[in-house]
Amino acid sequence: MQLEVCSAVCGYENRKVIDRISFSVSSHEILCLLGPNGVGKTTLFKSILGFLKLIDGSIRVDGEDVSHWKRKRFAQVIGYVPQNHTPPFPFTALDVVTMGRTAHLGAFSTPSKEDRRIAVESMETLSIDLLKDRVYTEISGGERQMVLIARALAQQPEILVMDEPTSNLDYGNQMKVLGQIKKLAENGLGVVMTSHCPDHAFLCCSRVVLLHEGGFEIGEPDEIVTEENLREVYGVDVKITSMPTGDGRLAKTCTPVLP
Amino acid sequence: MRDTLKSAAGTPSITGWRNRLPGLPVMTALILILVIVFLISLTIGRYGIPFEQLMQIFFAKIFGMTGQGTVETVLFNVRIPRILCGVMIGAALAGSGAAYQGIFKNPMVSPDILGASAGAGFGAAFAILNSFNIISIEITAFIFGLAAVGLTYALSSVIGRNSNAVLVLVLTGMVVQSLFSAFTSITKFVADPNNKLQEITFWLMGGLNSITSREVLMMFIPFVIGLIPLFLFRWKINVLSFGEEEAKAMGVDTGRVRLILILASTLLTSSAISVAGMVGWVGLIIPHFARLIVGPDYKKLMPASVLIGGTFLLIVDNVARTVFATEIPLGILTAIIGAPFFLYLLLKGRSAW
Repeated sequence: MQLEVCSAVCGYENRKVIDRISFSVSSHEILCLLGPNGVGKTTLFKSILGFLKLIDGSIRVDGEDVSHWKRKRFAQVIGYVPQNHTPPFPFTALDVVTMGRTAHLGAFSTPSKEDRRIAVESMETLSIDLLKDRVYTEISGGERQMVLIARALAQQPEILVMDEPTSNLDYGNQMKVLGQIKKLAENGLGVVMTSHCPDHAFLCCSRVVLLHEGGFEIGEPDEIVTEENLREVYGVDVKITSMPTGDGRLAKTCTPVLP
Repeated sequence: MRDTLKSAAGTPSITGWRNRLPGLPVMTALILILVIVFLISLTIGRYGIPFEQLMQIFFAKIFGMTGQGTVETVLFNVRIPRILCGVMIGAALAGSGAAYQGIFKNPMVSPDILGASAGAGFGAAFAILNSFNIISIEITAFIFGLAAVGLTYALSSVIGRNSNAVLVLVLTGMVVQSLFSAFTSITKFVADPNNKLQEITFWLMGGLNSITSREVLMMFIPFVIGLIPLFLFRWKINVLSFGEEEAKAMGVDTGRVRLILILASTLLTSSAISVAGMVGWVGLIIPHFARLIVGPDYKKLMPASVLIGGTFLLIVDNVARTVFATEIPLGILTAIIGAPFFLYLLLKGRSAW
């Protein structure tokens, strides 16, 4: 399965935000979208998910233009994990995860036992099945993020689109979520995620799209997350260092240098 | 802080268990309560009909016998139509209130707060002023109810971008509501004080005292038409309550589903209002009350709201017609009960939602 963004022009009626961007994500790949606030990460995301109409270009799944796809068909292929938020009603975590099954239900149906089972299964995949009967509005931010990922998994998509999956999470939860994302990709999902932390690209991503004022760079993390690029895009002096992790691998990290 | 402690303890809070209440026994109990209240309502009134006599009349009716005179007339021409209408109106207002809360992902809205009631009220008052027949009254009420909800929704999405959407929707609803109330006042102002003004004023206070079997039919048709989509799409209302984009991403055609649900809810509200007048609060408090019992899942919440709403309005109407020598307008009673109950919900805190 491959999700392709083909020379897409994204933006609003009379304001182009991103001009002619092309990249693709396949199964097993994690693509990380980096860039400072206000360069159009959200706009690009909304365009990929079809919330926002493309001005030009196309979004393709295995070569097929998705612009005329029904929402239901789209949802069966592409799952969306939104940023953590609080819904107005106190659903249980299992209720929330079961809602991921909607794309597989008939127009007037409610979830069956089988749908519940798949929902429980996707919670088990993320080892959060203990949260089943807890109220979604009362659990912690990290737990809620995991529930939202479980919901997207219950949708059984091929590609997962995640909007800042690590925002508002403490350090431990960030790593837990990143670890899970890596595992999901190893099991065959394709992932597109945004992040504010360039380190995340080194940690688990196979490709990086760096958005900045006036353009974008696409490539492997090592080519894109460089000291020059980060200085130019974020205006921060950064040293990138390699550290042995103890198991024979080298882990790259960014260390900002404050003036 | 409280939430963190709960998390740490790892025990599901009371709300968590509530959501797991098996649906079937609860629904059966709610239906049973409605049936019992229905039967009791048949016996009480200015013209009391003891239970044995009630049975006799029914048996006589079933076996094709007539007789009993006045009692039968009171029962079949006055009391039963009134009770049926009461149940449908309560169910319609509660069901549409529950749906509005989900569609607008806002537990603070109701037919009243969105302006649907005020719009439908103006439509009906305007129709009464112009001596429309009952079908045209319903249609006019529906059109203006829809216009009011549309206006509230459109204004709040323009104003409420990137800000407190819950509050903005409630505030714009209030603006639209008072706008249509002003229109209603104009119709009263120009109405002939000798007949039309009285008619409009009494109708506005809300009541079921002029119900005949004709009104039952006029309520029944929009009631069924409006309620069916609310039931068919009840799972989708859950998904819609997570917001436009998430619902789309989960495979819901939000534009179409939301439009159908708004049309259906507004039809329910406006038909209830054109039959019973301005009966407020039911659409706000009953869904909350139902949520306390069956949890927020619309799969159970929608039927529970409809059943409790019908029972509630029936009880209130029984009070309205029996407690004092003259009838108390229904709208006054629902407000007297609704306002403190809602305050109680607010004081109990958000977790109750």
